[in-house]
Amino acid sequence: MKAKDREIARLKEGIAEMTPAQTLALQAQGAALIDVREAEEIALGSPTGALRLGRGFLELRIEDAVPRADRPLVLMCNSGTRSLFAAADLGRLGYTRVYSMAGGFSRWKNEGLPFELPPRTDQHSRERYSRHLLMPEVGEAGQQRLLASKALLVGAGGLGSPAAFYLAAAGIGTLGVVDHDVVERSNLQRQILHTDARVGSSKVDSARQTLEALNPSIDVKPIRTRLSGGNVEDVLRGYDVVVDGSDNFPTRYLVNDACVKLGIPNVHGSVYRFEGQATVFWPTYAKRRGPCYRCLYPEPPPADLAPSCAEAGVLGVLPGVIGLLQAVETIKILLGIGDPLVGRLICYDALRARFSELQVAPDPDCRYCADPARFPGYVDYEQFCAGVAA
Amino acid sequence: MSNVTIRIPTPLRSYTGGADEVRVQAQTVGDALHALGAAHDGVLSRILDAAGEPRQFVNIYIGGSNVRGLDGLASAVAEGEVISIVPAVAGGADESQRSRDRST
Repeated sequence: MKAKDREIARLKEGIAEMTPAQTLALQAQGAALIDVREAEEIALGSPTGALRLGRGFLELRIEDAVPRADRPLVLMCNSGTRSLFAAADLGRLGYTRVYSMAGGFSRWKNEGLPFELPPRTDQHSRERYSRHLLMPEVGEAGQQRLLASKALLVGAGGLGSPAAFYLAAAGIGTLGVVDHDVVERSNLQRQILHTDARVGSSKVDSARQTLEALNPSIDVKPIRTRLSGGNVEDVLRGYDVVVDGSDNFPTRYLVNDACVKLGIPNVHGSVYRFEGQATVFWPTYAKRRGPCYRCLYPEPPPADLAPSCAEAGVLGVLPGVIGLLQAVETIKILLGIGDPLVGRLICYDALRARFSELQVAPDPDCRYCADPARFPGYVDYEQFCAGVAA
Repeated sequence: MSNVTIRIPTPLRSYTGGADEVRVQAQTVGDALHALGAAHDGVLSRILDAAGEPRQFVNIYIGGSNVRGLDGLASAVAEGEVISIVPAVAGGADESQRSRDRST
């Protein structure tokens, strides 16, 4: 008898085995099914919902994937042998309820149990996103999720520039950029997507050139239009998240209303001289009812009480800070990790170097978000913001 | 009476001689804002409407809580508390006024 066979026989005495059907039942009760096979084997199919940790890094990755040592674990390989060795190792690490699946994936498949073909991260992406892949909060599944995500940037300006840069770098698969304007030299103090040579060209085309140079594997969709009540739903529909970096109140309210109607989270940022605000407006957020922009500001200020950045100026780097907070929130929302800025407004005072957090409660009587089934419709936003009529 | 600090947002600092914080003595948020208005001409009408209520595009906070969810301007302020005035700001750092002047 070979040494390995003696060891397998010994392991079988100490480690309980589960059939694939028992494993499926245990998985439904909260057990973790851990696929320890090689990447090439996993690529041909793996049980639905399995944690694909592989054998090589198993001991290093298991605690991030399964923090609780008393959670039942079923180890799985292709025939039920490698999983015995893996189960013994995890037992030594301190996991108390460790099983091995008899017959492995071939038996699982033969018994007609559910499996899927996991999306594969190709070598190019593996290299580009390697720092994401190392983090358990992103990992391969998270990166695939980002690659399949769609984010729309409203405005390729001061806020949209830094946000778009990092969202493109992060591998958000589809980045829509909507802006009607052309690049002007006075933009370049903060709108870092653009270049001096592109003064006079369309901002969305300039944005596409820059973003594709950084990450050619994503799809940048330039949308050169001015948003209006007539086109806003056509532009926004299908996106997972909207990043509002618009520069005027009519667009802010229009984007808010459309996001409320379509149920899209709206990652908001605004800046003024040395101060900025960021939050997430998302009334239908699953974990708590969030406010919309109208809950916070039912009406815009009249023009004479709202001097613009063109009149008042802005520190060029300030929208960089706020736009990046928006990018972070966007990625968190797309991955479904952490606690988004829903119902919380971050205020940044650059001169004091101070962040403060203010609570923003949903307005139970908000005409737009209190009852999504009774959407009151789009209004003339120019008039609304000029204080004429809503 | 409590000593409280009112944080002045940038758009209103032209009324406070550039000061980003003003300290006043008050028992309620309303008192504090009126004390601010007494010390600095013109600022109060930017915060409160003709009926004396916060304007629709301004939020008043005590610490991290909006006074709308408390007792409004009658909300009591304790010694050392911070009142923040948080107006709506459109800026995405583009040429806002010019954009606004164009029709949609």
